[in-house]
Order: sequence, then structure tokens, then C-alpha cells
Amino acid sequence: MSLLISSPHAHGGDSIRANMLAVILALLPAAGVATYLFGWLAVFLILLCMLGCMAAEWGCLKLMKRPLSRVGDGSAALTGLLLALTLPAAIPWWMALVGCVAAIVLAKQVYGGLGHNPFNPALAARVVLLISFPLNMTSWLVPMHAPMLAALPPVDLYNFGDCWSLFWFGPEALGKGLDAITMASPLGHVKTEWSRGIGAIEALRNYDYSYLDAFLGREAGSLGETSVLALLIGGIYLLARHTITWHIPLSFIVTVYVLAAVFNAVNPEHFAPPLFHILAGGLMLGAFFMATDPVSSPVTPRGQLIFGIGCGILTWSIRTFGGYPEGVMFSILLMNCAVPLIDHYFRPRVYGK
Amino acid sequence: MLPALLKRFGLNQLWPTAGFPGGVHPVEHKITADSPIIELPLPPQLILPLKQHIGEICAPLVEVGEHVLRGQKIAKSQGYVSASVHAPTSGTVVAIQDHAIPHPSGMGRPCMMIEPDGKDTFDESRPPISDYRNADPAEIRERIRMSGIVGLGGAVFPTFIKMLRDQRNPVQMVILNGAECEPYLTCDHRVMLEHAADVLRGMDVIMHAVNAKNGVIAIEDNKPDAIAVMRGAIEAAGMKDVEVRSLPTRYPQGGEKQLIQTLTGKQVPEGRLPLHIGVLCQNVGTALAIHDAVCLGMPLIQRVVTVSGDAIPNPANVRVRIGTPIPFVLAQCGLQDLSGVRLIHGGPMMGERLPRTNVPLVKSTNGILAMKREALYSEQAVEEPCIRCGHCVEVCPVGLVPNELAWHCRNDQFDRGQEYNLFDCIECGCCSYVCPSHIPLVHYFRYAKGQVAKIEKERVFAEQSKVRSEARDNRLAREQAERAARRSKVRKQHAPAADGVKKTAADTKKAATTTSKTEDDKA
Amino acid sequence: MNILMAILTLGGLALIASIVLAIASRVFHVEGDPMIERIDAVLPQTQCGQCGYPGCVPYATAVAGGEADVNQCVPGGERAMLAIADLMGVAPKEVEEDAGVPMLAFVREDECIGCTLCIKACPVDAIIGAPKQYHTVIEDHCTGCTLCVEPCPVDCIDMVEKTQVLEEWTWSAPGKRPALENANQNSDEVKHASGTA
Ligand code: SF4
Ligand code: SF4
Repeated sequence: MSLLISSPHAHGGDSIRANMLAVILALLPAAGVATYLFGWLAVFLILLCMLGCMAAEWGCLKLMKRPLSRVGDGSAALTGLLLALTLPAAIPWWMALVGCVAAIVLAKQVYGGLGHNPFNPALAARVVLLISFPLNMTSWLVPMHAPMLAALPPVDLYNFGDCWSLFWFGPEALGKGLDAITMASPLGHVKTEWSRGIGAIEALRNYDYSYLDAFLGREAGSLGETSVLALLIGGIYLLARHTITWHIPLSFIVTVYVLAAVFNAVNPEHFAPPLFHILAGGLMLGAFFMATDPVSSPVTPRGQLIFGIGCGILTWSIRTFGGYPEGVMFSILLMNCAVPLIDHYFRPRVYGK
Repeated sequence: MLPALLKRFGLNQLWPTAGFPGGVHPVEHKITADSPIIELPLPPQLILPLKQHIGEICAPLVEVGEHVLRGQKIAKSQGYVSASVHAPTSGTVVAIQDHAIPHPSGMGRPCMMIEPDGKDTFDESRPPISDYRNADPAEIRERIRMSGIVGLGGAVFPTFIKMLRDQRNPVQMVILNGAECEPYLTCDHRVMLEHAADVLRGMDVIMHAVNAKNGVIAIEDNKPDAIAVMRGAIEAAGMKDVEVRSLPTRYPQGGEKQLIQTLTGKQVPEGRLPLHIGVLCQNVGTALAIHDAVCLGMPLIQRVVTVSGDAIPNPANVRVRIGTPIPFVLAQCGLQDLSGVRLIHGGPMMGERLPRTNVPLVKSTNGILAMKREALYSEQAVEEPCIRCGHCVEVCPVGLVPNELAWHCRNDQFDRGQEYNLFDCIECGCCSYVCPSHIPLVHYFRYAKGQVAKIEKERVFAEQSKVRSEARDNRLAREQAERAARRSKVRKQHAPAADGVKKTAADTKKAATTTSKTEDDKA
Repeated sequence: MNILMAILTLGGLALIASIVLAIASRVFHVEGDPMIERIDAVLPQTQCGQCGYPGCVPYATAVAGGEADVNQCVPGGERAMLAIADLMGVAPKEVEEDAGVPMLAFVREDECIGCTLCIKACPVDAIIGAPKQYHTVIEDHCTGCTLCVEPCPVDCIDMVEKTQVLEEWTWSAPGKRPALENANQNSDEVKHASGTA
């Protein structure tokens, strides 16, 4: 029993668990779209990552002699879900497990557990994977419904047996190479074309890109990042529930849009249009679910705006000038480093001062 | 529709809005809003603490065994910031001794016990100032001071001090605080409904006393009936310079500084009083007490209190004599057995849990909540690590960063805490209310504030001790030197020994250095 | 030639820098607080001698001279220990003895023979009384050092717990059981409580 005796004696009823469950709930539409695109593979991967993270958390708590009930607060499950949604569907299962352990042990528990991690665990784990297994992390499985492909997808992802072998034994089990079942994502395609001297507009044309498909999510990419619609539904739910505030997502997205619009206006042939930037890659997933991770983002409203703007600038810059096609992940992690500084300098104005 | 939607998403913060920043909207639980004020009978004994206000304790004016009348002054204020105590009924003083008072420490203060004689004879020595509009404002303020009136909203600051007339800072606006933003409490609400004319007259007295042009009665929009009744009363009284303002319901709207910000858009600058921006803020209950004191000649001896909470069978608003034991009040509302019940003095957001139940009701009591122990949040909460969600920052009406502040307070880094404006916290409890990790933020702040005060006190004491100890060392050295000098003189006259001279010289030198060192220290 | 230029340039730069530094150290010279005074400033000035030294300044001197440990001040407790360790730049040490509740000396006046021995023992002049008269401890000045107890030839000095007054009460840290938590809820009698008159 606790010995708190000071006021207030009433409470709004919020709890860590409720917050985590709300975010998991908000990610369900995206997980649904992932299942629609990648079939059983999505189900396997999501379950594996959630269970993997919870197991890793349990192990850490056990080792550190902390209350084991904390596994139930939902934060590990959420990390697992987020991690799964940022992974390419064709990733080998053991790599995903490595990611789980990296997320929970390296990025969270060594810093002291929930509330003390400077980086978003799921994103940190994704970076670990990207650096360790660059090929697998950039090979995007051909989804079930990608209108830009005339032919049927190379693997029937709704077939449980096929997915089972693919998941546990890799594409070789189906007698195919990794190349044969994967394709480039729109962002990756633009980057490659640039390196061959072809402008963004032309690149999108020869990719058969459509804004509508990108909005609905019918394109290649990580498990959960493709559908802007599904992510928006979840994001708006979180905003309405007051789990997150508008500051980070809005400033993040608007910054990317403005930067892209300015440069696109200057040189429309070379720079990709703003709408493409907004709809592409992990921006929506990052802006609504990753950058808003409470632990690793600023606590003050002004700080959150700065944080979002910083993420936006970095994202657009990395996408445009960097070596990687996608910059959301790096930008958020970089801004995570700046959070203590931001929190210190962007405190609210104190009454009467 | 659209504004509500924008508010839902917090997008109304995109442009500057009226009102104070932050705040929460706790579940209201105003179950007694429709219960008329009930007059409570006299208890068998009244317990009157000699200090019920901010400031100096009072000195008793009567002795044990003496008979007193209702309204008779029984303890006199000492010092400037102080408020006298009056007998709530006629009877006999039976004791003057320490007794527990409503305080989170459970400790006691000197109290006067009065046994009512049941006649309730009134002390007529203070006639009403019926024609207050033509009376000298100084006389009115003096009457308010004599009547022991303090802020009844909970702050219990002596009222007359706030009403001083200052040529440089004339009062432009008198604000009557009827916001009553605390959950459960409805005493101000009922006072406005049932005593609208008297409250208004009390406000008129205040405005006359400070020569203010404008008056605003601030009421939250969850009390539409009170707004209507007060508007009607203003119409009936024909007061053109007073208006009722309906405010959005948001805690802590009733905080003085927050209310001023909502109404005037101005903030009281740091270290200043509302007076410095031309505002005087008084609670509705205080206005009624002022009316009683000036127009009826009755000092502050009773007040309206909300008795509520989930353990009370018959929640009610009651008019009680100050000094009535709280168990007696609870018994009148149907609660006899206090086991498994926690008492809260005040509302659930800022009220204090009482470690003792046998305490009297005092001037600051605006509510008594009896809560079932197992349902009380502060009893059940388990602290978890801060997840930095920032909710506390969002709701803090003062603009603090409670999570960082609590971190420093927990680690006893009080300097850092003060850098994070520890002492600006008004302990409103909004941050604790929203914290998903159930961190007792306010408790940390109170702990830290207490520690800072304690450390400062110890530092001053240490400094004094040091001065005393050095003074003593000096005195001893001087005495010794004098004695040695005397001795050497005597010895010189007789048989001067070489070693004796040397020793004395060394001693004198030592004494001299100590003295000069102390003088350096002082310089 | 090149080498010469390089040496000259570097040498010149070094010279300029050293001149600037020399001037700066003169201009911005701060009289460093002698360590003894800074340590003395964090001690509670009880002058009790529980540290093994005859007062606070001697202990501060001993610590500054490296003779005494940082954790010997009993009334100062953990806070003083941490402050001293911080000043000295050494690792904190466990404070072994607990200071306990604040105490005061109290002279049972009817037994006092007026010998003035306690007055001589008191390091802060907190005892008043003339020879052959009752002696009394000035509560506000007593540091609770117990030095007067031993010299009294008739053992009429007691150490009593300092009464806590409401005005001095402060909130304990969350999670720590407050002193009165278990108090009998319905009892009238109040222990250790009085107002400031
Ligand atoms: S509301 Fe609680 S959990 Fe959230 S930042 Fe504040 S202290 Fe931390
Ligand atoms: S209790 Fe203090 S820190 Fe918390 S919301 Fe109120 S003013 Fe801010």
C-alpha cells in the first residue's frame, strides 16, 4: 500500500498501460493493411516481434530483479509492434528476433528501463538491423495488391503454407532468389534514378507512381508504413484521446512539405514534389507513432515544435542529399539526442515572469 | 461544433486564447448543488483555535470560567497580519489548551473551548453600519478588521489587508470569485443562490471601501442558475457598475491569479500582489461575511460548508458555527462510524487529508469530504517511472515543468529545483491529476519546499551558533590574557622568571590573532 | 628558412598567449576561500565535539589538512558529509552514527546548586545564571551538544527531545511514513504540540 497523503486525492484515471494500449489500438489499421498486403507473413512477423520483445523485457526484469509485472504495462508489446511495422516483410525471422533483443536490451533496459531510454527503442533496433543486414533491410517484398505491377505477385502471400516456409526458411525454400520476390520502393527508385541522372518526375513516371495508391497503401515498403490512410486514422484517434498532441506530427509533416514545395518550385524536374514526400516512406508512421514516443521526445509544447521541425528538415535533407533513400528513422534518432537540450531551453513561460 | 472539435485536438492552442494556460476538468461530483443550506444545531462544545489565519497567533482576552456572548471578541490579533477570534455563541469558557486542528500534520495549537449555554445571546456592542455608502471607508475597513474576517476561499489571508487603499495603485476592479472549481464543493454556489442580495451588498461595501469603479462576479458556466440569480439581483439592486461573467469550467479557474488572468488578460507580476495591477479579488463567502459584519454587526462566527464524499449518507450544505467539532458535523449528516473513512479538509484537488478526526471546523473549512478509504486515489496510487509524456507540462497553469522539477526534488537537488521555479508552484494538483505514472508530484514539491525552508533555518541557526561560539572563544582568550598580564605584573614585581614571561607573551599573541581573525570574519 | 619561420611564429604566438594569460590571471584574480572556512561553513556549528575535535573549526581544519575523514560530523549527518566530500573532492563515505531527533539540554532547577560549571562548558553561551543561583538553558540558543551534562556535579541536566511546533512541521518525502500516521485517530490529546506564542 502506498503512503501518499498529499493532495490531490482525485485522479484522471490515466495510466501507462492505458496509453500503451491506445497506441497499439491506433496501430491496428496499419497492421490490418499490412495483412492485406503481405498476408500471413505480416501476421507471423508482428506476432514474433511482439512476443520477442515481451520475452526480452521479461528476461531483463528478471535479471535486474525488477517487478515482473512491468511486462504487462504494454510498452514492450508496443515496441515489438512498432518494430515489426518498420521491417520489410521478407526479413528472416532470426533477424527480427535480433531486432527485438536490440530494442529491449540495448536501447531500453541498459539505460534503466521504461522512461529512461534516450532513443526510441524500435527505431534504434531498426538502425542496428539496417547497418548489420543492409541487403535484407532494403529488399521490399512484392505486395499482393500493387497496381503498378501488371503481373501477379511472385508469391501468393495468402497461402498459409507458402508463407510458413518463406518465413522460417527463406525464399530458397520456394525455389526462388530474394531478387525474384522483391522490388524497389518508390523512394528507393527515385534515389537510384537520380544516381543515373534522371530527375524525380521522370523517375516517378517510369515507376508508374500514383498518389492514390500511395495514400491507400498499395505499394512496396515496410510492413506498416505504406498506407497513409490507415496511419492517419490511428493518429487522429491518438490525438482525440489526448495520448499525443498535435505539435510533433504537425510540425514534422508541415516542415517536410514546405521544404519540398520550395525546392520543387525552384527545380521541378529534379526535386520530388511535396505530396510525394508526404505520402512516401515512413513519414506518417514516424510522425504520428515514432517521433511522438513520449520517453524520447521533448515534454514542453514549444520543445515539441522544435523537435518536429528538426525532424522534418533532417528527413527531407537525408532523402534528397543523403546516401539512404529514407531519412525518417535517422532524423528522429538524431533529434532524440537533442531532447535534453531542447527541454532545457524551451521551457514554458512561468506565470508572472 | 467546430470550436469544440478544435479544442478536442488541442488545436485551439494554435492562436492565443483567453484565460490561463493549462488546467484540467476533473469529474465534478457536485452532488450537493441542489441541496439548500441547512442550519446545524449547536454542538455540546466548541473548540476555537487561536490561529485560523495566515499570520500571528491571537492572544486570549477572556479567562477560563468567564461567560462570553455570541460575537464577543475572545482573542485579540497580535501584529499586523492577524485576525481576531470571536465567540460563536454565548456560553462559558471551559479551557484554553492545545487541541488538534485540521492540519495534515495532525498536530495541535492552543485552542479555546466554549460550552454553549443554549441562549445564544448576542453581543450588541458593535452596531451595524447601516448607511455604509456614506460611512468613512476607513471605518468600514476597521470594522472588517475587527470582525476577524479572512479569505474564506481557503487562503485565510486577513481580508482588511487586501483592502488597503494605496494612492499609487488604485483598485480599478473588484472581482468576486464564485468560480468554485473544486469538485464536490458547492458552498459558494448555494450562497449565491440563497443570499444573492446580501452577497451583492457585501460586494458593494468592498467597492465603496476601496473606491473601485467596476465589479465583476465570476462564475463558472456549470452553474447557470447562480449566474441567472446573480444577474437578477444586480438588476433588482440597480447596480450598473457590476456585471456577471460566465467563465468556462476549468480547474483551477478559482485560483486568484488564474481568475485574474482570465478576466483581465493580465498576469500578476512575480513578487507583486493583485493590487499592483489594480485588482482586488474576494471570495463569495467572504463578501457575505463582510455584509454580515458591516450591515448586521455580526463578526465572522459561522460559515457555509459542503459536507460530501462517497462515505456520507446525506451529503449537504450546512451553515455551521466555527469551532464545531467535525465529527459532530458528520454525525448530523448521517455518518457516525468513521472507521475505514478518510476525511479531507477542503476539496479533493487541494484539500488536506486529516490524520485526526476530532478536530474543529475552522474559518478555512469550505468543505469536509468523507471518502471510503479503498476508493481514495491518494491512498491507493503506486508510483511508476515517469514516461515523460508531458501531460503535466501541458496542464500546469503556472508554466512549470513538473516532471523535471519532481526529479530534482526527489534527488534532494533543491538548488536545481529552485532553478526550475519550485516556489512558483501553487500546488493546484493538476499535474498529479493527469500523470499516467501516478507520480505524487505535488507531494514532492511540498517535501522540497519544506526542506528548503528547513535548511535555511538550520543555516541561520548555525551562523548564530558560530557567532556565539566565537564570541565565547574571544572572551575566554581575553580573560586569559588579562589574567596572564596581571600575573606577570605580580611576578615581575617579585621574581621575574624568564620562561614565565615568554609564555605570557605567546598567550597574548595568540589571543590577539584570534580576535583579529574574528573581526576579519565579521568584516 | 621555413623551419625558422614556423618556430618564430609558434614562439610568438606562445609569447602573446602567455602574456594574455598572465594579465588575465592578475585582472581576474579571485581570492580563493580558504578550505577551512568553506568546510566550516557547511558544518552545523553545534560545537559538540562528537567528531573527536574540540569544535567545528578544529574539525574543519583537520579535514582540510587531510587528518580527519569527511564523515565524522554526527549532527551534520549525510548532508554535511556530502558537502564536505564535494568540497574536498573525495568520495563520500557512509555516515555511521545517526543524529537522531534534535535534543535540548534542560536543567532541573530545583536540584541545581548554582556551581556555574555548566556555563563554562557551554560552547555557545546558551546557559545563564549567576553563582549560587538556578541556571537555565536558553532553548533558542542550545545546540544540543551535551557538553554541559558531564560537568554537572549533581547530575541535574537532562537532554530532552526538542518539541516540534506546527510551524516547523514539513512534509516528509513521498513513501516515507509520517510520524503521526499511526496516531490514534480519535484521541484528543496531542503530543509535542504547542503554538508559537
Ligand atoms: S505526467 Fe507524469 S509521466 Fe507524464 S511527464 Fe509528467 S510526471 Fe512524467
Ligand atoms: S501543482 Fe504546481 S506544478 Fe503541478 S500543475 Fe499545479 S502549479 Fe503546476
